[in-house]
Amino acid sequence: MRPYWAILSARCRMLLQYRAAAVAGFGTQLFWGLIRMMILGAFYRASTAAQPISYPEVVSYIWLSQAFFAMLPFNTDTELRQLIRSGNVAYELLRPVDLYGFWFSRALALRAAPTMLRAVPMLIVAGLFFGLRAPASPASACAWVAATLAALLLAAAITALHSISMLWTVSGEGASRIMGIGAYVLSGMVIPLPLLPDWLKAVVYALPFRGVIDIPARLYTGNIPPEQAVAALAQQLAWTVGLIALGRWLLARGTRRVVVQGG
Amino acid sequence: MLDSLRLYLRYVGTSLRAQMQYRASFVLYAFSHFLATGVEFLAIWALFDRFGSLEQWSLAEVALFYGMVSVAFALAEAVARGFDLFPGMVRTGEFDRVLLRPRSTVLQLAGRELQLMRIGRFSQGLIVLLWAASALDVAWTPAKVALAIAAMLGGACIFSGIFVLQATMAFWTIETLEIANTVTYGGVEAAQFPLTIYKPWFRRFFTFVIPLATINYFPAHAILGRADVLGSPAAVHWLAPLVGVGFLLVSLQVWRFGIRHYRSTGS
Repeated sequence: MRPYWAILSARCRMLLQYRAAAVAGFGTQLFWGLIRMMILGAFYRASTAAQPISYPEVVSYIWLSQAFFAMLPFNTDTELRQLIRSGNVAYELLRPVDLYGFWFSRALALRAAPTMLRAVPMLIVAGLFFGLRAPASPASACAWVAATLAALLLAAAITALHSISMLWTVSGEGASRIMGIGAYVLSGMVIPLPLLPDWLKAVVYALPFRGVIDIPARLYTGNIPPEQAVAALAQQLAWTVGLIALGRWLLARGTRRVVVQGG
Repeated sequence: MLDSLRLYLRYVGTSLRAQMQYRASFVLYAFSHFLATGVEFLAIWALFDRFGSLEQWSLAEVALFYGMVSVAFALAEAVARGFDLFPGMVRTGEFDRVLLRPRSTVLQLAGRELQLMRIGRFSQGLIVLLWAASALDVAWTPAKVALAIAAMLGGACIFSGIFVLQATMAFWTIETLEIANTVTYGGVEAAQFPLTIYKPWFRRFFTFVIPLATINYFPAHAILGRADVLGSPAAVHWLAPLVGVGFLLVSLQVWRFGIRHYRSTGS
């Protein structure tokens, strides 16, 4: 485990240096959350019909999604992309470690470090000033913590899969942007997933992305009651295991036919 | 003047040819912009599907707001995103070379890149706008069409002005000022909906500080033939596009002020 732990902590320490970016990101995220809150508030005022999620729950959902925005697998590891493009990825193959484990550790750092910088201040500010409520119950709070950790692993598995796919697409920018948009919408960042039309929900709920934002946020608000937490966590972990297996398989295939670019 | 225009067109030609060297990458980028903005509109549609209406506004009316601000922003991004490269030019000292050339800095920076991939957002916004135009019960007189076009051009001026102001800040600080994203991307997001749904401080900010309300909120009232519940007079609805031009002129003045205080990093 030692080398994986080492790369994880080294990458985290490196990423934690980007504090100015975190401050700017914080401002942007705060503004974004306020806009979302006002838009959804206006929609809720317009309708008296019962909705699958209440307005106070939606407010908490919005702030949780803004706080954990950095966890969303919307971008890839730029350094790995350059390694693949320049052909230096060949050096990665020489390392006496399991390559998937190594890349997964990098992905985990990429998702965890910026989240550590941004989530806590956002939760505090939103809790004090902008209507983020406390977790629905102690059981909900426990379920939320567990689901957030599972979400981190799931997000890292998706990020690692992005990185591996670049062995085929090489430049990968367009393709990875399109994957990023998918993650953005299907996780619940754009609108809370319970507000989607029912036929669409059936599809979106089966996909892995909701495990990153939607499941933890709704366990927190109690919109998914703690009794259903086990099923929700099981879905997150099943996708994580599945995507890790897929990533391993693809990486094994990719490295067998790797073509090193340039000289 | 004519000479400057010719130079600008030549810059644009070079930029377009350069972008066309990577055709597959261009297509994917443009497509990803189309997709990214497309899902935003689908989200609005989904909310209307669930809640039925938004205050007194219908989906077609919100689509009009959406289309106008999207087209305006896409135009500004295509034309003025060259200013994004400016902080890097200050850092490397390349801006000194720009200053040595006997042409205006604005022309050189704007000409540096015409981002054709913005056609993704542009075409998506235009599709929504055209759908809204046909779905709305509006008699499209030439005056109304002209007002809509003028409003979008005025909006492109406002966003270009913001890009210029963002670049101007680089004269004083080397940090990239991502915080301006709140008024560009955040502004587009906010202006997709009528101002009436927002809190008063937020409305005032986007009316008097960053006048995004002049892109769609005011002109849309003239187009839809509605009276503004916030009480703005009809003259404002028709003259709103001029505000964008004024905003750009002020931004350029700030830019000139910045240049006078420019000190090279010396590298």
